Amino acid sequence: MAKHIQSLERAAAMLRLLGGGERRLGLSDIASALGLAKATAHGILRTLQHEGFVEQDPGSGRYQLGAELLRLGTTYLDVHELRARALVWTDDLARSGGEAVYLGVVHQHGVLIVHHVFRPDDSRQVLEVGAMQPMHSTALGKVLTAFDPVAHAELVEAEREAFTARTLTGLPEIERVLERTRAQGYATDLDETWEGVASVAAPIFDRHRLPVGAVGITGAVERVCKDGDLRPELVAAVRDTARSVSRDLGAKPF
Amino acid sequence: MTDSHSGPFIAAIDQGTTSSRCIIFDRDGRIVAVDQKEHEQIFPKPGWVEHDAAEIWRNVQEVVAGAMVKAGARRDDILSIGITNQRETTMLWDKHTGQPAHNAIVWQDTRTDQLCKQLGGDAGQDRWRRETGLPLAAYFAGPKIAWLLDNVDGLRAKAEAGDLLFGTMDSWVIWNLTGGVNGGVHVTDVTNASRTLLMNLEDLSWNEDIAAEMGVPLQVLPEIRSSSEIYGEVTGGTLGQLLGGVPVASALGDQQAALFGQTCFSTGEAKSTYGTGTFMLMNTGEKLIHSESGLLTTIGYRIGEQDPVYALEGSIAVTGSLVQWMRDQMGLISTAAEIETLALSVEDNGGAYFVPAFSGLFAPYWRSDARGVIAGLTRYVTKAHIARAVLEATAWQTREITDAMTKDSGVELSALKVDGGMTSNNLLMQFLADVLDAPVVRPMVAETTCLGAAYAAGLAVGFWNSTEDLRANWRRAAEWTPDMDSDLRDREYKNWLKAVERTMGWLED
Repeated sequence: MAKHIQSLERAAAMLRLLGGGERRLGLSDIASALGLAKATAHGILRTLQHEGFVEQDPGSGRYQLGAELLRLGTTYLDVHELRARALVWTDDLARSGGEAVYLGVVHQHGVLIVHHVFRPDDSRQVLEVGAMQPMHSTALGKVLTAFDPVAHAELVEAEREAFTARTLTGLPEIERVLERTRAQGYATDLDETWEGVASVAAPIFDRHRLPVGAVGITGAVERVCKDGDLRPELVAAVRDTARSVSRDLGAKPF
Repeated sequence: MTDSHSGPFIAAIDQGTTSSRCIIFDRDGRIVAVDQKEHEQIFPKPGWVEHDAAEIWRNVQEVVAGAMVKAGARRDDILSIGITNQRETTMLWDKHTGQPAHNAIVWQDTRTDQLCKQLGGDAGQDRWRRETGLPLAAYFAGPKIAWLLDNVDGLRAKAEAGDLLFGTMDSWVIWNLTGGVNGGVHVTDVTNASRTLLMNLEDLSWNEDIAAEMGVPLQVLPEIRSSSEIYGEVTGGTLGQLLGGVPVASALGDQQAALFGQTCFSTGEAKSTYGTGTFMLMNTGEKLIHSESGLLTTIGYRIGEQDPVYALEGSIAVTGSLVQWMRDQMGLISTAAEIETLALSVEDNGGAYFVPAFSGLFAPYWRSDARGVIAGLTRYVTKAHIARAVLEATAWQTREITDAMTKDSGVELSALKVDGGMTSNNLLMQFLADVLDAPVVRPMVAETTCLGAAYAAGLAVGFWNSTEDLRANWRRAAEWTPDMDSDLRDREYKNWLKAVERTMGWLED
């Protein structure tokens, strides 16, 4: 059996002690309850306080559980909350970009579409909320894979189908694209998933700077591309939207 | 795209229940800038709700100036300014000093309950329904005026001497914008006037008999104008420097403004706004329809000299607030959006139906003796089934109102245009399409209320030429198509109606 790290065991014992009912405890109470020297207990408490797991009441000097501990259990962002927060921004992106907008999250080796705004013309369109898109070839998928380690692990294992002549399927070449995606902060898809369709997407971050989803705009190559690449103003608009949604979720400015 | 918005623009003021906002729109109906400020909710006694009208006017000036700055707009960029407002909220002010005579009495305030009962007498709450389209209920403005005149010292004498002016918030804002004590125009629009219980729906004039019965002197009432015409120009004061000479060119009650903003310009077109409660309005064209099914008859809008457009209105007391109740009182979810996650964890309602008749049933039943019920409970039912039942309740209540509208108007609903916070709930919107058996459509601009006021103000100055121009601005952001077996729909509706029946008669008098 592996030897355990004593200071972590002590820290865990402190958290359990403070978590036993709604209470605040003084340093000497904590030290004596755990059979520790005051100095040792104080050192551990200070570390926990620094991490936000413990807070000290400024008036009494007593300790209690910190807000960060509560957040640990709830960092998971509900996708419907994500949609509600993104609604206004994605409407505006579709309106200004003149193309359809999608919001996607990682789900079972693919991208789950959680929000879709129609292209703002009078054409007949079908709501694609709930549909799945491939991870390795779409702009949404590439962004999620580039920024989310879980998605990346899934991509490595997943079968990578060649949808068009331009689809990248080899791991090394995909890794190069992901690296570029991380560097530039967005990803594109030019004829790589559907012939004649191009898209650009950017990541959405929460308050912990964790990637929680991606937003992208998709349209016919002849409308959204210029000189063989996505129009720069569309790229800028998508990135602005991603930043706005992230800001609404509490992410600090980039 | 990096937006380089350039003028000309239209500014819309939304004087709402909790805040005042100003939104500046461009010719495509896109939002250029928004500014907003909340005002205090004053609760002097249980059931009473008041606003400080002076605070509201200060806030209105601030948000207009704020939106101008955010838009980087100059006076010449703003072609006209429109107003939409919380409906029925009532105030009186001194014509010579411009000071409010009392706090405004907010539409939610129930202090006139007893007065309405008295006024109804043997005829009951439908006494003036034929003339005004409304039941005698505490919401509406007329009885609130009477209450102020009878309960605030000296007001009746002042009113009879002609020193006092009445207005809903549209009138107060327009009077101040157009100069206040220095020649401000004292007007209201047909939609706001139609919520006073004092206006004849037929000829759009004040009903002198009702006013006399209620004890409201005619000289306090504003002139009734259309919803889209130039009432006057911005002059004087802080806004005079900023926007001096800009025409004040529209007024619409908030729900009617949303109807206008959703471009429901044809007979049979309807919109439904899903907030804490839900308001559905259907355009019935030039035809005044007296409801046999518990709906209100109201003015939809009137553009300048054109014929007025009538509307049927149905309201649901509890929709979004039921989701809030699940969050705050039951603690079953931590955010409103999570109701969808919880509901999606099961296939159906598990046989449970939730009728949230928390303060009785509104349209089409109007039963104050009803109270909420969760019916069909078995050991099998989980909190996820209840979450489904919560969302389904909003859809079924909408279905009941559309059925009433179809019955009254003889027009089948072809599609329902929706707006409001709950439209971000995909499961609800799909279920709504399923139970209505009609497409549900969400427009790209969520701010339909302000947009409606801007549209009406823009039409009045020729910024847009016709309602056809406005229709061309309307963009579909999403559409949910019905996908439910009709047998299933009928069976579920029957169950819902059974559950509704079980709410009635809970209170015994």
